[in-house]
Amino acid sequence: MSEVKKATRDGFGEEIVKLGKIDDSIYVVDVDIGKSCKTTDFREKLPQQYLNVGIAEQNAAGVAAGLATCGKIPFVVTYAVFGSLRMCEMIRQEICYPNLNVKIACSHGGVTPANDGASHQSIEDMGVLRTIPNMTVIMPADYHAAKKLVAAAAAYDGPVYLRFTRDAIPVIYDEDVEFEIGKARTLKEGKDVAIIANGDTVSIAIKAAKELEAKGVSVRLLDMHTIKPLDEEVVAACVNEIGKIITVEDHNIMNGLGSAVCEVAADIGSAQVKRIGIQDQFGQSAPYERLLEMNGVTVENIVKTAEEMLK
Amino acid sequence: MKNVSVLDLKKQCIDLKKKVIDMVYKAQSGHPGGSLSAADFVTALYFKEMKIDPENPNWPERDRFVLSKGHVCPIQYAALATRGYFDEAVLDTLRQEGSILQGHPDMKKCPGIDISTGSLGQGLACGVGMGIVAKQDNMDYRVFVVVGDGECQEGEIWEAAQTAYKYQLDNLVVFVDNNNLQIDGITDEVMPNIHLGKKFEAFGFDMYEINGNDMQQIVDTLDRIRMTKNGKPKCIFANTVKGKGVSYMENQCGWHGVAPNDEQYAQAMKELDEQLQAL
Repeated sequence: MSEVKKATRDGFGEEIVKLGKIDDSIYVVDVDIGKSCKTTDFREKLPQQYLNVGIAEQNAAGVAAGLATCGKIPFVVTYAVFGSLRMCEMIRQEICYPNLNVKIACSHGGVTPANDGASHQSIEDMGVLRTIPNMTVIMPADYHAAKKLVAAAAAYDGPVYLRFTRDAIPVIYDEDVEFEIGKARTLKEGKDVAIIANGDTVSIAIKAAKELEAKGVSVRLLDMHTIKPLDEEVVAACVNEIGKIITVEDHNIMNGLGSAVCEVAADIGSAQVKRIGIQDQFGQSAPYERLLEMNGVTVENIVKTAEEMLK
Repeated sequence: MKNVSVLDLKKQCIDLKKKVIDMVYKAQSGHPGGSLSAADFVTALYFKEMKIDPENPNWPERDRFVLSKGHVCPIQYAALATRGYFDEAVLDTLRQEGSILQGHPDMKKCPGIDISTGSLGQGLACGVGMGIVAKQDNMDYRVFVVVGDGECQEGEIWEAAQTAYKYQLDNLVVFVDNNNLQIDGITDEVMPNIHLGKKFEAFGFDMYEINGNDMQQIVDTLDRIRMTKNGKPKCIFANTVKGKGVSYMENQCGWHGVAPNDEQYAQAMKELDEQLQAL
């Protein structure tokens, strides 16, 4: 893993310009936070495909639905907490119910808006949106993954929620990495314990896996960038072949990746799943790493959890 | 735009009202009151004003119709069936399992529905999105949105209104069905409106206040608006009577979402037939 760090919102901002130039039906719908969501370049280069509807997220969702009925592919761009909860019912009624081709592309996922405090940290978004029929829910693990998954979302016909980081996180993939919506990436094969992570926690999970390997524990490591539709096949393989699973996410442990994995495990009925993530509590203004630490989203806790499961 | 006389539109409107009563009676479920207050302008739009093709419901050049107050879909379903979007016999399936005529409009099930609605306050923003595409792509279709007066208590309406002004959507026409009743009572008591039409005006709309149950006024206003390409969105502030045309339903908020019984059904149909004969 390189030491280079980049925010995944930057990957989005660059890729959307590239896509917009190729396909003039791609629109960006901003709600006044385009600068921090990295759409400035799109606005300057593709003004005919750019709308800014002001600080009015509910309206943005409705406008995007209207655009989609006329054949456009709008990306509504905001912060995760607003793009999920503030717009939630509009997403349900006007985007997911008619299954329209609207993308909700959000920066400031998880606790990455660290010093902004709890109001801006988004810990419920993926869980809330994954319970709405027709919605696809994605969080890329790094800058390159963000670019590839933005392109995949644009090519996919239907509602997609994309969640990016405000803060810079380690670059873990090469630029030629390939992604498919709904198909997990296996980063490492192993047989003692499975670690399933997504988003900014994948790099943490990679470090934990290395430590465990050094201690003689064989780890299967998955990047579950899409939590809906979940790659149930690879989760089932973890259940059947390993039986011990740790999920890691920058999201409430309720209803996100951990819960999605538990649903598959419970259906099969034979695995132990430990969920590492935000402990159903609001954050505060603090450094990003500290916020993760307060919730046990650390290399040390993943290693400790694995060792306890293997006792 | 079709060349249809005001008299013929009035006759057509009563026919649609009868279909509304029939549908809601057979389903024993639905919203007659608001369907009847909106019936006149819905008739004018579907039978004269709008550029639509029932044979080709997804025609990209068509005018769009957004029923933001989606619960009054019986009047839209009656108009769509009569215009030939689907067989009139389908009207008998309103709100039944498997029907294309859902309790609130579903664009993926029913031909002629341009956007699914049902949750109040959301349709205007969708109409704004459609209007923006027409502007950006140099298409000349227009977008007609019907909102309720009670519905305008939702904040998203005003978010959408300011967006319509910003993008100079003179191709957008908002009908406010100002029947002054909502589920819990008189709209001005539930939440005083001061003057909704003037609010739209303050948001940069051209506002035309009319008697929304007067076909001549509706037609004249639509004629006027058609000629006005001034960069401003339009609001037709239509003062209406909830339950218009059925005496015992008129101005009764209890008839918001209730179906008539056998006796009430017979009386409603008799009254509407009498109105038709009197024309």
